[in-house]
Amino acid sequence: MEAGTLRQILLITDGCSNQGEDPAAMAALAHERGITVNVIGVVENDVIDEKGIKEIENIALSGGGVSQIVYAQQLSQTVQMVTQKAMTQTIQGVINRELKHILGESKKLEDLPPDTRGEVMEVVDELGETSKLEVLVLVDTSASMKHKLPTVKDSLLDLSLSMNARIGENRFSVFVFPGKKKDVENLLEWTPELNALSKIFPKLTTGGITPTGPAIREALSYFNKKRSLRGLLSHDEQYYEDSM
Amino acid sequence: MMNSTMRTQCKLKKGDRITGKWNANEYTVIKELGYGANGVVYLVESKNQPFALKLSDNGTSIISEMNTLKSFSKVHGSAIGPYFLEADDFQRQGSTLPFYVMEYIKGEGLLEFIEKKGADWIGVLMLQLLTSLVELHKHGWVFGDLKPENLIVSMPAYRVRCVDVGGTTAIGRAIKEFTEFFDRGYWGLGSRKADPSYDLFAVAMIMLNAAYPTRFSKKGEGYMQLKERIIQKQVLKPYRKILEKALLGKYISAEEMRQDLITILSQPSDQSISKTQKVQKTKPAQSTKQASRLQQKTRQKKKSHFMETFVLVAVISLLYALYMYDQLL
Repeated sequence: MEAGTLRQILLITDGCSNQGEDPAAMAALAHERGITVNVIGVVENDVIDEKGIKEIENIALSGGGVSQIVYAQQLSQTVQMVTQKAMTQTIQGVINRELKHILGESKKLEDLPPDTRGEVMEVVDELGETSKLEVLVLVDTSASMKHKLPTVKDSLLDLSLSMNARIGENRFSVFVFPGKKKDVENLLEWTPELNALSKIFPKLTTGGITPTGPAIREALSYFNKKRSLRGLLSHDEQYYEDSM
Repeated sequence: MMNSTMRTQCKLKKGDRITGKWNANEYTVIKELGYGANGVVYLVESKNQPFALKLSDNGTSIISEMNTLKSFSKVHGSAIGPYFLEADDFQRQGSTLPFYVMEYIKGEGLLEFIEKKGADWIGVLMLQLLTSLVELHKHGWVFGDLKPENLIVSMPAYRVRCVDVGGTTAIGRAIKEFTEFFDRGYWGLGSRKADPSYDLFAVAMIMLNAAYPTRFSKKGEGYMQLKERIIQKQVLKPYRKILEKALLGKYISAEEMRQDLITILSQPSDQSISKTQKVQKTKPAQSTKQASRLQQKTRQKKKSHFMETFVLVAVISLLYALYMYDQLL
């Protein structure tokens, strides 16, 4: 089985969107295009409200991804866990569909005897290690995020450390919203290392509205550009597209 | 990150029976041993023999773990982890809960053991751990998530064993599971690619953890902080060199570190280890106090020197003054 490319959006926020399209709808759109949307809600002393939690869960649910609410101190581990979990989930989705082709519509991984299941999981792990991974990070920089940004930066550096230990290639890109002039601003172009963030992050200004929906939509178009360019070069791109 | 539904689903009490769907073996629950991210571990009994049984509602993560445990069991002569018995599914209230059964390792947690028996044991237990690691690395595996919580000193023959092998990773791959304090990536001292020195870094950190039971978090530059922490503890004094080498990734193999440790442990104990440590063990707060008292003493000594000179000069001046007075008259 050949390793394809896994595409993810990682949204880091601390509350509700308050402008533009419904972020869950935009996440569903992303999912349709083969991009998984994961959401991490960072809380500190300011407790997140019920509405915020609901939105975070809904975005991940319709985006086919994973969501988690954490305290800032645990952010590093969570960012890594969420990314990895979403990768496994996507790969499993693909494999489950393959299994259905072979075993029939009603069969699932869980219906196999443990030993066979073990062999299937080995394939999943193998793909998780060797697949190419593209993560577009979307960071909420509304006013309440100000003192959490250093932690966000550290956890992203930690993520690139973890992912770069894999055999498969990685590409990261970082966006913040709201941007200076637009809803969303590109901070870092596609790159295998996130080290450049150390210089850029301290200069960030926070404040303004929280246009989560438009930010996701904008991020999608960035993947699209990427894909059409890369599409000319390689053909394994569509592999994981319609998983789950 | 165990959610509440899993806890209730996997909740079993003493006397409950678990029967496998595929192999039909029966296990009786004796007590809960603990729970982790992927499930609950029970002490169970089957055919009058005790076993550890891990039950989960998350099929996939437990299977990955089972795979490692199996490959682990294939490593002959390495008794570091529990041996693997079987895997099966437990059907309960309409849902299927996968489980696997392994050897039950009876013993005490590493840090509790060292606290009880004394710091002399740190070196010896680490030597045992390194011996197991030599074997494991030789077979192409890296342990990954090495930490005191995963280590048990088995009874009655004191031997370090590992109870959680979920982090075991093939050399050259990305470390599957780690804990910040024991992870060289966290301290900025290396990658998270599995290689033997990844484990050796963790071994060094376990020794630091034995000296600092509450651990500490990173502040600024990683290596300088760790080096200072090593110097601050008498218990770690004999191991300074190997700790520094391990932290910097200068050991290429566990065997190399093991040899260095043997050399240290074979030196006569009066030189450093046991005496200083006994003081440390019985009165941990005392040692620093003693040190400061010593410092005070030297300071006082310096002061009294100064006083002596001062008095001498004063007396001589006085005598001289008297003499001059006498002469002038």
